[in-house]
Amino acid sequence: MSDDHDDAEHSELSEMQLRVRALETVLTEKGYVDPAALDAMIEAYETKIGPHTGAAVVAKAWNDPAFKQALLADATKAVQSLGLISRVGDHLIAVENTPAVHNMIVCTLCSCYPWEVLGLPPVWYKSAPYRSRAVNDPRGVLADFGLSLPRDVRIRVWDSTAETRFIVLPMQPSGTEGWNEERLAALVTRDCMIGTGLPKSPRETP
Amino acid sequence: MDGIHDMGGMHGFGKVVAEKDEPVFHAAWEGRCLALNRAMGAIGAWSIDEGRAGIEELPPEVYLASSYYRKWALRLQNMVIARGLAGADEIAAGHALRPGKSLKGKLRAADVPRTLARGSYGRTPQSEARFKVGDHVRAKNIHPPTHTRLPRYARGHVGVIEAIRGCHVFPDSAAIGAGENPQWLYTVAFDGCELWGETSDPTLKVSIEAFEPYLDPAKGL
Repeated sequence: MSDDHDDAEHSELSEMQLRVRALETVLTEKGYVDPAALDAMIEAYETKIGPHTGAAVVAKAWNDPAFKQALLADATKAVQSLGLISRVGDHLIAVENTPAVHNMIVCTLCSCYPWEVLGLPPVWYKSAPYRSRAVNDPRGVLADFGLSLPRDVRIRVWDSTAETRFIVLPMQPSGTEGWNEERLAALVTRDCMIGTGLPKSPRETP
Repeated sequence: MDGIHDMGGMHGFGKVVAEKDEPVFHAAWEGRCLALNRAMGAIGAWSIDEGRAGIEELPPEVYLASSYYRKWALRLQNMVIARGLAGADEIAAGHALRPGKSLKGKLRAADVPRTLARGSYGRTPQSEARFKVGDHVRAKNIHPPTHTRLPRYARGHVGVIEAIRGCHVFPDSAAIGAGENPQWLYTVAFDGCELWGETSDPTLKVSIEAFEPYLDPAKGL
């Protein structure tokens, strides 16, 4: 992504555009950063790294019991074995939803999130409302997402307070038995891998 | 640090509002800002823990009023100035006025793929883990004025060791330049009622990832 404004429109540059541009220019001239590396990083986050990776992992786990077992035992190793991304971070942990337990992930202290499988976190994940309420009012948070779970389902919230990262393995929607992984992956939303949503039902996809 | 960043359990922030079809970045400067921060981290200008401390040290009114990437930009600016990597006068001028310090190289585009994965913070243990799965532990009532990853809402409360995650760089040490000081890391699960009292959702369990120095042995409830 490049700046949308040309020099004639300098007066319209926001405070933040100016501040970040000044930082980039100074740090580049000082010899600390290479703008081409910044371009490459931004391109990777905009085009390569995202929840489609997590969705492929979940679909595989739904379709392949041995992979699911491996994923729950050591998600870093299991996801690495799929070869979807060049390197999976250490200590990736998959937590499984069941009819009895619904999992949600949060980082109350900052914004820790499994970037390599879900991409950059959405604004709401990093926001004060989510970070404050996920740990003491998770059902209220789920209601904000339009989700209501039965009262007898236990809620388990994982606060990412160290360099371990969590991804929720949601339950496979009924009526999708025998689907191939590509069709299954289309049901897997980012939010259902955070725990603030459920996978789409088979009726919601073409 | 008992700062505004430690938000777990606070009231008053309102509903969670999700943006439909949210873009990866909302403006070009957000991507530049993210990449600048990571490029500086990649050459060892500061550790991840020092970087987090840099965000937490923003004044609370700035922290609350700033977007996520604005906080990153302010942190970047504060840290390069504090470390003598650039001067406030240079940032104000928008150009370098003096040569840079020598750091370990520079992140090149070809090296970007290797920086996209999370860093490795696991370390070889130098001692046995003090706790085992199933042990009851009480999170210590500590209030260090510097960076810590023990959230306030867990302090003083009793939970159960659910998993041992290996030995990891200890953020409380690394953030203040006191070395990696690796410590055992555990997943500790707390009942909602233990954390929030009798009005808690009785079906709730919350876990934190807790370093061994945060924990004391406790009797079962």
